[in-house]
Amino acid sequence: MPKPEILDPQGKAVLGALPRLGFTGVSEVRQGKRFELEVAAADEATLAEVEKLAETFLANTVIENFTVRVEQA
Amino acid sequence: MRVGVVTFPGTLDDVDAARAVRIGGNEAVSLWHGDHDLKGVDAVILPGGFSYGDYLRCGAISRFSPVMTEVVSAAQSGMPVLGICNGFQILCESHLLPGALLRNNHRKFVCRDQRLRIENVSTPWTSAFAQDQEIVVPLKNGEGQYVADAATIERLEGNGQIVARYLEVNPNGSIDDIAGISNEAGNVVGLMPHPEHGVEGLTGSGTDGLGFFTSLVERAFA
Repeated sequence: MPKPEILDPQGKAVLGALPRLGFTGVSEVRQGKRFELEVAAADEATLAEVEKLAETFLANTVIENFTVRVEQA
Repeated sequence: MRVGVVTFPGTLDDVDAARAVRIGGNEAVSLWHGDHDLKGVDAVILPGGFSYGDYLRCGAISRFSPVMTEVVSAAQSGMPVLGICNGFQILCESHLLPGALLRNNHRKFVCRDQRLRIENVSTPWTSAFAQDQEIVVPLKNGEGQYVADAATIERLEGNGQIVARYLEVNPNGSIDDIAGISNEAGNVVGLMPHPEHGVEGLTGSGTDGLGFFTSLVERAFA
């Protein structure tokens, strides 16, 4: 997700479209990205690796925060 | 001087950049993103475009191409590197320059003749300009909004690392009207506008961009 202090033009565009569609209760929209990575086993070593690749490649930590979450297939 | 111009898949402005290098009195050497060496060049330009389709984030994938490993290590030992537009984005993603470039605050692609002030003329790319010289060059970007945290901006301002600033109009919402910055050593410069499109009277808004390409020569003979 873009960090809270970072302006998110895409989220703003989505927010601007909502009233036109009749949805009026939303005051803020922020848009991020979701990556689904498949691994053989979500063990500690693999998760550490995923954390590392998220930090070096998938996210730009200058402008984005990220979280890693495990889901069963 | 021999100036390498890198072509990534999706680069657009490499031919214009190479032409600007030649008009500026230097030799242009084509470099490919898959190259593992810089062919002995004295300086490198990362031109504009949409390398790797801007997938993931602008410049995020280019950063890990083989040629960038060489560019990063050469830049760290002082080789002059100029990143224009997408090249600026690649330099930020490579951490050769601080901060990042976001989508324009007004969300539209912008294409205009842009007035700039050159505020640092001690870099190898800007030494041909006079201090605070005003120039007009083409600008075209969708993700040109320069951002960095307050401490970084303060450091950039304090060290004179703001190389160029937008005048009259801030076309993309960049903090402090920043159009271009350098690293602390000054050899790496990132610029959102396109001086390589402003080097010939026949096309574009004039020849104000030429200084970015003649500076290297002046430095070599200085």
